[in-house]
Amino acid sequence: MTEVPEHLRKRAEEARAKAAAAKAAADAPPEAPVEAMSAEQQEAASKIPAHLLERSRAAKAKADGGDDAGGGTAVATAPTAAAPAASGGGPVPTGPGGHTQRLLTVVKSGSIQDVKGLPQDKVHTWPHLLVVEFAAALFITAFTLIFSIFVNAPLLELANFNETPNPSKAPWYFLGLQELLTMFHPMVAGVTIPGIGLFILMFAPYIDRNPSPKPEDRKFAISLMTVHLMFWAVLVMIGSFFRGPGFNFVFPWEAGLFFEL
Amino acid sequence: MATTDDEVKKPLPQRMQDQMANLTDQVQGSQAWNSIFRPGSIFRKGYTDSPRNRSYVIMNSVLYHLHPVKVKRHAVKVSYTLCLGGLSFFLFILLTVTGIFLMFFYRPTAAAAWDDIYTLQNSVTFGLLVRNMHRWAAHLMVLSVFLHMARVFYHGAYKAPREFNWVIGVNLLQFTLLLSFTGYLLPWDQLALWAVTVGTNMMGYTPVFGEQVRFVLLGGVEIGTDTLLRWYVLHVLLLPFVLVIFMAIHFWRVRKDGGISGPL
Repeated sequence: MTEVPEHLRKRAEEARAKAAAAKAAADAPPEAPVEAMSAEQQEAASKIPAHLLERSRAAKAKADGGDDAGGGTAVATAPTAAAPAASGGGPVPTGPGGHTQRLLTVVKSGSIQDVKGLPQDKVHTWPHLLVVEFAAALFITAFTLIFSIFVNAPLLELANFNETPNPSKAPWYFLGLQELLTMFHPMVAGVTIPGIGLFILMFAPYIDRNPSPKPEDRKFAISLMTVHLMFWAVLVMIGSFFRGPGFNFVFPWEAGLFFEL
Repeated sequence: MATTDDEVKKPLPQRMQDQMANLTDQVQGSQAWNSIFRPGSIFRKGYTDSPRNRSYVIMNSVLYHLHPVKVKRHAVKVSYTLCLGGLSFFLFILLTVTGIFLMFFYRPTAAAAWDDIYTLQNSVTFGLLVRNMHRWAAHLMVLSVFLHMARVFYHGAYKAPREFNWVIGVNLLQFTLLLSFTGYLLPWDQLALWAVTVGTNMMGYTPVFGEQVRFVLLGGVEIGTDTLLRWYVLHVLLLPFVLVIFMAIHFWRVRKDGGISGPL
């Protein structure tokens, strides 16, 4: 036997008591108008739609019609006439609103609902995110515009194959590689080292199997990346600012700057 | 007669205001107007701030619907993302716009390229400014894409389920570098020529088919007018085309993988 939850049992009991009280009120005066009023009260109390109440009452009257001599035999479709028949009903067990109800089973929510995602703290993209993005876009446009007003892009003299500038430098993001060229064989510096670096970088998520994103759980990964980034940053800076004619090491405050963006 | 008296009695600014309001109502109530602006648009009659309209703003805009209607609260904090991905994207748009402007004044031949840039700077209205913006925005984009990558790494945002999006992102970084590098040659000045010479010499050291790689890149054995045309097409068409496709996948995956990574 399934256990009936306490709150459901209580609710059913209350409803039954209310229905009994309403019925008693309806039974006392036999006039039809009073009955109609009590039906309204009943309706208001139980919140069951009026037409359903009428239908159930009519059905009950029809069922009672067999043993009740004074009951309406032709009342099934006439709700107002069904009232006296209902008042003369036998000892039929009634639930809320005059229904006969039995609780067959109670299905607990956990067994049929599979809650996968927990509710998250979210905000509307408009305006919360779009305003920030708009401000960022404005800022970068203004910065580029104002910087461009005051600083001109370099345009040196026409390309000349016969005149090699000293030093010849790659764009700044490749100066780390050019720096490596001074230390290693070109195939190692230009292809092998950056190739391996790029390969490791691209497959980092498949190499780093640690699922935690928390900094305290991934000290090794963070250290490695920081060393890697610093390695390139230092090389790029040396290549940009500390390399003079012949790509020899110089100090920019002594020999001047050999760097064009 | 009484009504006309009333109208006459109203001060002129008041009457003009009424007429403007009337006109606005007519335009905003017209079928044409409502067919252009979808529900939630602030150009529609009576935009009010409600959760429903906030959702419509995102859903009914071709640009904003890259975004979900709602985002995690922490995703809005500038201190988390520093807006670096968005800035990279925005710089790309800025570069596209300024780049199209530059294309009107540029011919990719060794004989004309430098002169075209020189003329652009000295004879075209805003020519110098737009070229400056294009150049500085390009350097900024390389920087912001780099920083975006570092930010994503330090947040561990490349971990499941976002592994593949990291791979796409590293590819985007490479395309950004290639775009910047191909653009470097186009002014055809001493800086461009020798920077590219250094760069392509490095690529020539690729094992086994180094010579072939260099030949394909230069369109010959030496840098020349063929190289310029080749890099021009790469710079203005092929690489942006590929980059846009990768960006589309990148943004799409951000949403499919559950928005930006959670708070640490």
